[in-house]
Amino acid sequence: MNTNALVVVLVAAIGGAWSLLAPDNALASLLLLVATGLAVTLRGVPRAVQSLTFVALTFLFTLVLRREPALNLVFFNPAFYGLLAVLLSSLLQPIPRWIKLLLSVSILFVSVPLVGFSNPFLFELGIQVGIFAALALGLNVVVGLAGLLDLGFAAFFAIGAYTWGIFGSGDPDGKYQSQASKFIHWFPVSGLDGNLLYLFIGIAIITAAITGVLIGLPALRLRGDYLAIVTLGLGEVVRVLANNLDHPLNITNGPQGITPVHRPSVDWLNSFTNFLGVEKVYGRPLDAAMTYNLFFYLLVLVVIGIVIIVNVRLSNSRFGRAWVAIREDEVAAKTMGIPLLWTKLLAFATGAAFSGTMGAVYAAKQTFVNPESFTLVQSIFFLAMVILGGMGSIGGAVVGAAAVTLLNLDILKNLSDYLNDMRQAGVTFLGYNFANLPSQLEPAKYERLVFGLILILMMIFRPEGLIPEKRHRLELEKE
Amino acid sequence: MRKTLLVVIGMLALGIASAQSNVIKIATVSPLSGGQAVLGEAIKLGAQLAIEEAQAKFKAMGFDLQLTPQDDQATPDVGVAVAKRIVNDPDLLGVVGHLNSGVAIPSSEVYKETNLAMVSPANTNPRVTDRGYLNVNRICGRDDVQGPVGADYAVKTLKKKRLFVIHDKTAYGQGLAEAFAARAKELGSSVVAFVGTEEASNFQPLILQMRALKPDLVYYGGIYDKGGVLLKQMRERGVVATFMGGDGLDSSDFVRIAGKAAIGSLYTSTAGPADLFPKAAAFAKNYKAKFGKNVESYSIYAYDAANVLLSALEAAIKANGGKKPTREAVSKAVREVKMDGLTGRIEFDNKGDRTLSDYYVFYMKTDSYPGVVQKVIQFAPPKR
Amino acid sequence: MSLADLWSILPQTLLEGLLLGFVYAMIALGYTMVYGVLELINFAHSEIFMIGGVAGLEVFRYLSNGKGLEVHNPFLLLFLALVVGGGVAGLVAVLVERLAYRPLRKRGTINRLVPLITAIGVSFLLQDLVRAIEALWHNEFFLRYPTYPLLEKTFFLPLGMTIQTKAILVIVIAVLMLLGLNYLVNHTKLGRAIRAVAQDMNTAALMGINPDAIISRTFLIGGSLGGVAGVLFGLMYTVISPYSGFLPGIKAFTAAVLGGIGNIPGAVLGGLVLGQLETVGGTYLSFLTAGNFGSEYASVLAFLTLILILLFRPQGLLGQNVGEKV
Repeated sequence: MNTNALVVVLVAAIGGAWSLLAPDNALASLLLLVATGLAVTLRGVPRAVQSLTFVALTFLFTLVLRREPALNLVFFNPAFYGLLAVLLSSLLQPIPRWIKLLLSVSILFVSVPLVGFSNPFLFELGIQVGIFAALALGLNVVVGLAGLLDLGFAAFFAIGAYTWGIFGSGDPDGKYQSQASKFIHWFPVSGLDGNLLYLFIGIAIITAAITGVLIGLPALRLRGDYLAIVTLGLGEVVRVLANNLDHPLNITNGPQGITPVHRPSVDWLNSFTNFLGVEKVYGRPLDAAMTYNLFFYLLVLVVIGIVIIVNVRLSNSRFGRAWVAIREDEVAAKTMGIPLLWTKLLAFATGAAFSGTMGAVYAAKQTFVNPESFTLVQSIFFLAMVILGGMGSIGGAVVGAAAVTLLNLDILKNLSDYLNDMRQAGVTFLGYNFANLPSQLEPAKYERLVFGLILILMMIFRPEGLIPEKRHRLELEKE
Repeated sequence: MRKTLLVVIGMLALGIASAQSNVIKIATVSPLSGGQAVLGEAIKLGAQLAIEEAQAKFKAMGFDLQLTPQDDQATPDVGVAVAKRIVNDPDLLGVVGHLNSGVAIPSSEVYKETNLAMVSPANTNPRVTDRGYLNVNRICGRDDVQGPVGADYAVKTLKKKRLFVIHDKTAYGQGLAEAFAARAKELGSSVVAFVGTEEASNFQPLILQMRALKPDLVYYGGIYDKGGVLLKQMRERGVVATFMGGDGLDSSDFVRIAGKAAIGSLYTSTAGPADLFPKAAAFAKNYKAKFGKNVESYSIYAYDAANVLLSALEAAIKANGGKKPTREAVSKAVREVKMDGLTGRIEFDNKGDRTLSDYYVFYMKTDSYPGVVQKVIQFAPPKR
Repeated sequence: MSLADLWSILPQTLLEGLLLGFVYAMIALGYTMVYGVLELINFAHSEIFMIGGVAGLEVFRYLSNGKGLEVHNPFLLLFLALVVGGGVAGLVAVLVERLAYRPLRKRGTINRLVPLITAIGVSFLLQDLVRAIEALWHNEFFLRYPTYPLLEKTFFLPLGMTIQTKAILVIVIAVLMLLGLNYLVNHTKLGRAIRAVAQDMNTAALMGINPDAIISRTFLIGGSLGGVAGVLFGLMYTVISPYSGFLPGIKAFTAAVLGGIGNIPGAVLGGLVLGQLETVGGTYLSFLTAGNFGSEYASVLAFLTLILILLFRPQGLLGQNVGEKV
């Protein structure tokens, strides 16, 4: 047993004891987070110690979050991010595979739902991270693997969302007719049954892939930055169409958006959770809202799982190697006999299909589709996720999506809430009274500014992304 | 390494806010960043003033009243995420928001899950209240009332025959413009063009169309930031048609942007002018003194919305024996509120619309805000 | 409405398109010059444009607020606004290059998308930074350009066209700036150095040119052009806010690509073409389609035209078909 291992175990033990005695103290959880960091960064910690620490930390974080779901330390929930850190580090560290599997399954399928029952916002975070991760994975195929700069990726997301939104909208009481019945006169006014969502996820794959091919056919003949502007333009075209096709034929309902969009029935999940005895955890039988939170969380996890498997298989296949070849040197790839247009089209269609899937899920989850969700800024955010995570790397795309989403929806919002509390309480810090903070400097207004700053700094100090692609890493090591 | 770590932990420790149980929070949710931030900020500031005025009163009842301003970035996704985030705060008992109907509709689905009362200062889209949720109410009028009121005035009083209708491609602007156009057609005027535009600065294509179509009235469904620019450019290019719009134009900035071009234009609004409502004049003065800027119509609505929440809170606290009420109790109390606000008598029907609202038609006699009231029309929301 | 009405507004439509085109052209030059030397889509250029507009407005505000120095001649005011707007925008562009892009270059990043993301970050940062400054300074950030009767005077031209003094000024200033730029790039030592760096940075360095200095100056020139365009834009279309750079920026970028990115006359041509496309399309589309597809589709028309042109001339209208460096 070396000293480093001893330090890890000691810190984890102290943090654990402290957090068990005082789960409401955020510092205790912070100490546990530190222990996670030490277990990863300190050299020479035996794998067994690492694995055991991770298992223990998972247990402790879950326990703390159950007791104190809204734990907050300045701008983040140390226990929740601790759980994520354990998940991430256990996946990245060279520990035995079965422990990785055990940890990720128990965190994703046990800890997060358990915690989500007491803090549904964590479900929301999980769902949104999952949705954007799938999109980032799709874009990763296009930008990361094939090296095609796509600035209009939100278009495919929109296609998926509208595919389900148009046919799956409507009101059971007939108060609002389904969108499809507005332009197909024989279509049922109440829209399609929510359970057909599963079918439409499949259909959305096809519609999005077709759109991908349609956009790709003209765009992919162009090289480099010409492609960027053309995809940007075609992305805008899709959005403008969504925003304007309420006349002459009302297909998308224009800026009013489509609502309410149906969700599948979740009775089966409800009886299953009842069977498991979840109402004992929740305190009462799960209400519809909570069941849907759980349902969409699980659905997104399943879809993400499939997307990742397809992504891994693809990137190691003939096509994946062809994409990378095109990315690295188009001319050389062509001389090696790779059909450029078809290979690129395949990349485009694959990426589009991933985001189309999530589009349909997203429409059902939000029960609302509106053109404002598919703007150029949104496309830029997707691109930022892929680059921040590490181009071409599957883990990177997921981590990048998680980082951008959590930053935007949680951390920056918490930070501004925190500063706002300081302002209202009139806290004095370094001789400056926060009550004097002019309303022009309201922190909530500058979340985008902070995000921009983070992007700049990340690119300067870690341009290869949070989790660089393996191929790239190998290249860099050789040089 | 370890030293820096300790320092960091120490600094973080300083910042931990201790939890208090007798805190009551009201949230404003509106765009605070991005292109619509001016309007979103007006909502926040209006509500802030109401809450700061009531803090002493709530202190006496034993509660620490706080405002938590949130940014929905005018996008539905962020709005929903913010909604999901704030409903978790047990101290939060009411929401003033949103600005955009497109954001309010999906977000209020989230509030509904916990019966969190939302009083909207700005969402005029009929669907916001037509869903019939207990927790959703609005202070402002409805597009399907305000549009027809404008059309009545334009066609019956002003005798306008050729109408050029423009909207800004938002749920608000389009709904308003459609309601206006439909009523105007009913009354026998012809709508020579019905166009939407997302443009914010260059309206020349629309103005050229006006030159070809020669309308005698241009109706703008949208917000002053674009409406004012449109009007100014129209006049620069010699289009003389009367300019009319909805409560989106009801702002001092409309006049500031359009300048002299604003003279002669008309707008409808549910917010009464300061000379009819003495309280509104006092509010405008306080607002100016505190924030250094002029009152926007949205800040008036937001002030009323916050006051509705506060008076409901007060009633609910009393009913609960001086203890903190549940969200549902507050939502129910909001429906029972009967008070005089800056915008007139406030009472809600079973859908959350105001039972009777006054709609004012304003006329810009000079280039100083606000205009002169030409006509007051009392209108009840449509029954379903 | 008759066909005659449609014809009667055509001359004015073309004139408005020309005005818009010149503004686009001046912004597009900033994109194209930076692209020429760095092969970087400088997304932050739209914010540089906006900063120019805001800085120019500050001149108007400061010199006519009745406190201290006051200038009454609107032409002189405009001149000062153009100088300050251009200067400030140019300096900010140089600063951005120095602080955000140069560190990337020095690290020798392989990936070309990295500076692109940086540019997006800079763009977000500058928007809200300008907003914070304006909000603290004047308690407002939705800014309006002042109007002066002398600048607003309308002249009647043949064919039913009208034009205002300020519109004439926009055309004159834009043409002067473009001619000046042409001279600078093609007939001065600095211009030759810029072209050399654009062609091959390493070889240029071997010839005794300091690429960093040249890149800095390119940003200065492109930024100032953008800043001047910002002032002209504000003057023409009245309002400017921290967020009003975004759309014109995207349009101008489209114009630069249309003309052939990296090519200076191409950017001007692209701007002029795009200005016409948008104005003519926006005006006539709804007439031609009986109101079914109106002005909203102007940008669709512009983008589809762009794609069509690129399909037949993949290097843009004036771009040279340089073989891929292998």
